[in-house]
Amino acid sequence: MEKDKFSVRDLDLYYGSNHALKKINLQIPERAVTALIGPSGCGKSSFLRCLNRMNDFIPGCSVSGKVELDGSDIYDANTDLINLRRRVGMVFQRPNPFPMSIFDNVAYGPRLHGDRDRNTLRDIVEESLRVSALWGEVRDILHTPALALSGGQQQRLCIARAVAVQPEVLLMDEPTSALDPMATARIEELVRELRTRYTVVIVTHNMQQAARISDTTDFFLSGEMVESGPTQQMFTSPRDKRTEDYITGRFG
Amino acid sequence: MRTSLKEDRIPRIAVMTIASLGVAIMLFILYSLVRDSIPILAHVTLSDLLFGTHWYPTYDPPEFGMLPLIAGSVSVTLLASLISLPISLALAVFLSEVCPAILREILKPVIEILGFFPSVVLGFIGMVVIAPWMVMNFNIMTGLNLLNASVLMGVMIIPIVTSLAEDSLNSVPKDIRDASFALGATRLETITRSVIPAALPGLMTASLLGVMRAIGETMVVLMAAGGAAMIPRSIMDPVRPLTSAIAAEMGETPFRSDHYFALFFAGLLLLLMTLALNMTALWIESRAKRLRS
Repeated sequence: MEKDKFSVRDLDLYYGSNHALKKINLQIPERAVTALIGPSGCGKSSFLRCLNRMNDFIPGCSVSGKVELDGSDIYDANTDLINLRRRVGMVFQRPNPFPMSIFDNVAYGPRLHGDRDRNTLRDIVEESLRVSALWGEVRDILHTPALALSGGQQQRLCIARAVAVQPEVLLMDEPTSALDPMATARIEELVRELRTRYTVVIVTHNMQQAARISDTTDFFLSGEMVESGPTQQMFTSPRDKRTEDYITGRFG
Repeated sequence: MRTSLKEDRIPRIAVMTIASLGVAIMLFILYSLVRDSIPILAHVTLSDLLFGTHWYPTYDPPEFGMLPLIAGSVSVTLLASLISLPISLALAVFLSEVCPAILREILKPVIEILGFFPSVVLGFIGMVVIAPWMVMNFNIMTGLNLLNASVLMGVMIIPIVTSLAEDSLNSVPKDIRDASFALGATRLETITRSVIPAALPGLMTASLLGVMRAIGETMVVLMAAGGAAMIPRSIMDPVRPLTSAIAAEMGETPFRSDHYFALFFAGLLLLLMTLALNMTALWIESRAKRLRS
């Protein structure tokens, strides 16, 4: 059977006195797509940001419990944050390319981690853009501003940028919420392909999206993880009444 | 709908009138500046005016070589920029990216207050504090010189450049910082590789506005630059920038004399210099905008 990439135990998260995540326990399988669903404010994005410690930047945020990546706790005091974020990449809700060329966007991560050689960089950029299915559209305009691309292209560029540092995990925080249906379809298709190489964790409040692209689904509600299981089972025969109410659209 | 359109017209006409009045006044000032700077060209050639090295407007016959004055303006501006721009930009980065919130609450107003300092007070400090100190320590004839004026001018433009530069750093979206951190960048790498490049057009515009302010500044150079119309050979030489020449001499010169027209010409030169910088700033901004869309 598949191995677990992340193993989360008794995770609590507070923003000041606000208890945003309550005793979360869950496993995230390797090389599969895990969808986190739930209504706005349920804590799914906060949870996602625990996985690469992006919550560290939020003032007043405190975390307790364990988040193990391949068996070692990323909240351990000895964790090398730079290495962690290199292994666990992230794609954000709104496409956020840097105001520089397409090439420089993708090469940003590799350059940070010491790649200077032009040929190596060119190879990495091409490979990453191929992975994110953008190469064909931008191969002739690599040195033009990234912000001239359409929203959907920008988001695929952000995926290429994350992929360029050869991460093991890709975290995606509602990556299609700012995109039109066509662009969304392309990203979804891409996510399904990424599964063969990466562990993907995707936050979405679009349940059809979760059903279409994920292998495992975790349902969050008011800071608690209500139900976790294979996507198929979750959407056909949920065990918890609240999950059923949510996926049938009774609230949310 | 129709009544509201009619009501819209009154404020529109009012605003247009006031705005065009402002433009008209500006154009009139420009017109009189040009009108009064042209007559000097009848007596002195343009190249003698711009490249002549002797500014002796009250001698008989007078000499109107403005090169020493231009050199004075340029040297004070350059040295002041050299002193203040690195400090201002470093301060802006510190305030917007590094400094803890509490310290920023203290530092920002302090820097702003520095900007409220009347330039005559700074000039005064230059005369009674810096100048004697320089004479004592550097074995020179006079402490009123290029360096003194540049330091004071630097102090004057630091608050302007710092706060404009800080604004442009702050306007870099948080998204971009997040993207950089999520790729495994340290804080320093995020600042130098994504925040500063993203804010670069704003930082350059801020610097240029500071330089423009320096070129036009009069009181500080009048009081602390020494006032000798010579091309400086060292930073300890006294200089006489265009602005202080105009301020010092205009009151003493007969109306519509050659000297009077020459001073207007000096004013026109100043205007052209700041205009050139302003155009550069606009050009940078429009280029940045193109990069962004």
